[in-house]
Amino acid sequence: MAVKIMIPTPLRQYVGKKDQVEVEAKTVAEALSRLASEYSELRRHLYNPEGKLRSFVNIYLGDEDIRFLQKEQTPLNENDVLSIVPSIAGGTAHRRVAL
Amino acid sequence: MATATLNPISELSKDEILRYSRHLIMPEVGMEGQLKLKKAKVLCIGAGGLGSPLTLYLAAAGVGRLGIVDFDVVDFTNLQRQVIHGTADVGKSKLASARESIREINPNVEVVGFETRLTSENALQLFESFDIIVDGTDNFPTRYLVNDACVLLGKPNVYGSIFRFEGQASVFYALKGPCYRCLYPEPPPPGLVPSCAEGGVLGVLPGIVGCIQAMETIKLIIGQGQTLIGRLLVFDALGVKFRELKLRKNPDCPVCGTHPTITRLIDYEQFCGIRGEEHTPVMVGIPELTPQEVKKMMDEKQPFVLIDVREPHEFQICRIPGSTLIPLGEVAKRMHELDSAGEIVVHCRSGQRSARAVEFLMNAGFRKIHNLKGGILAWSDQVDPSVPKY
Repeated sequence: MAVKIMIPTPLRQYVGKKDQVEVEAKTVAEALSRLASEYSELRRHLYNPEGKLRSFVNIYLGDEDIRFLQKEQTPLNENDVLSIVPSIAGGTAHRRVAL
Repeated sequence: MATATLNPISELSKDEILRYSRHLIMPEVGMEGQLKLKKAKVLCIGAGGLGSPLTLYLAAAGVGRLGIVDFDVVDFTNLQRQVIHGTADVGKSKLASARESIREINPNVEVVGFETRLTSENALQLFESFDIIVDGTDNFPTRYLVNDACVLLGKPNVYGSIFRFEGQASVFYALKGPCYRCLYPEPPPPGLVPSCAEGGVLGVLPGIVGCIQAMETIKLIIGQGQTLIGRLLVFDALGVKFRELKLRKNPDCPVCGTHPTITRLIDYEQFCGIRGEEHTPVMVGIPELTPQEVKKMMDEKQPFVLIDVREPHEFQICRIPGSTLIPLGEVAKRMHELDSAGEIVVHCRSGQRSARAVEFLMNAGFRKIHNLKGGILAWSDQVDPSVPKY
């Protein structure tokens, strides 16, 4: 199935500044895996070293969080739109949290 | 100009009626709504990027009591987006500066300032007397703290956050919908998501998101329209796209779920992996040179190579003469360009990225390699003030 993956602005630098990427996939897991294979720098932002999807990155199919569907096994249909929604915290000042 | 006296909140003065006339002539607000605003007590965490438009608009709208929590001081770099502060306020406490701006806009608003860091020890007490909490903070530990305190106290948490060109907004109100932890059960490990200083932010973006937060706060107070409870608004400033994603309450949420495991405020820095990692491993054991030491090497014509690992657009802002640019992401690919037996000094903006580069190159066999302590910022401070800081 040809599906679109919407890339949030913080991650666009790893996909050649694109705001969306098209991949062929039957499930969410496959789609993200294809994405991470095509853009290897994206991998560490999506997956932890054990290969699991990072918990501060949410994946939506349409407007539904995949955690409330079949998670990464959620099947995809032609022209489905996946969105990657990472946790962001900028707000008040410019002080760093750590480092 | 005569100072306005605070009127009993059961009525509006003639001045107030005139001031808020544009609210009053709308049936959705009217006298009833305006009086609700006057009785409302809203606590804003942060008087910065989000807090600026937020507090200005809440003040303009006539919120009776505005609490502000901020212990920071106005910095020159804040002015690009924190429009509640002006050039003359640089160096002043943000709270003092915010108070003045609010008084100018609407002297009827009672500003209650808390010039303190929000902690697990004071949050519940601080939040108790307010109806609505608005989160304008800039770090993950505080966001989780604000969320948990609001859930424990049963208060709505009007959420907004930004990064570069991306914004998010929602209303977390555990009594009626999901909380922040339902959306993001865990924070990113430190260092993975840069702060605004590292990542930058389009100045107007917190303006937009802060205004949305003010809007949601006002709607919660007057009880009109549909708020963002159960919805996440995601804003892409580059493409001008607003998207709405469904948020669901997580029945297993540790703080607002059916069997909560968090019933008291915790150590949020530890939760976010910061305590014990204040100096990340990469900083320990990395050989460093101070700017003065490197300047001495230059003056004595000692042979060495100065590598700048910043990004090309930073190189455009300023550079140290004689440096060679190899952006951090290219160091692995281009290290063959360097002499692994030669003397090398690596720098970046503040010394963090270059430390990682030095560690990487040391592991690759480079022996005479040093990190420039404090980066080009320290170079500007200590050696060459003509180099602009950013």
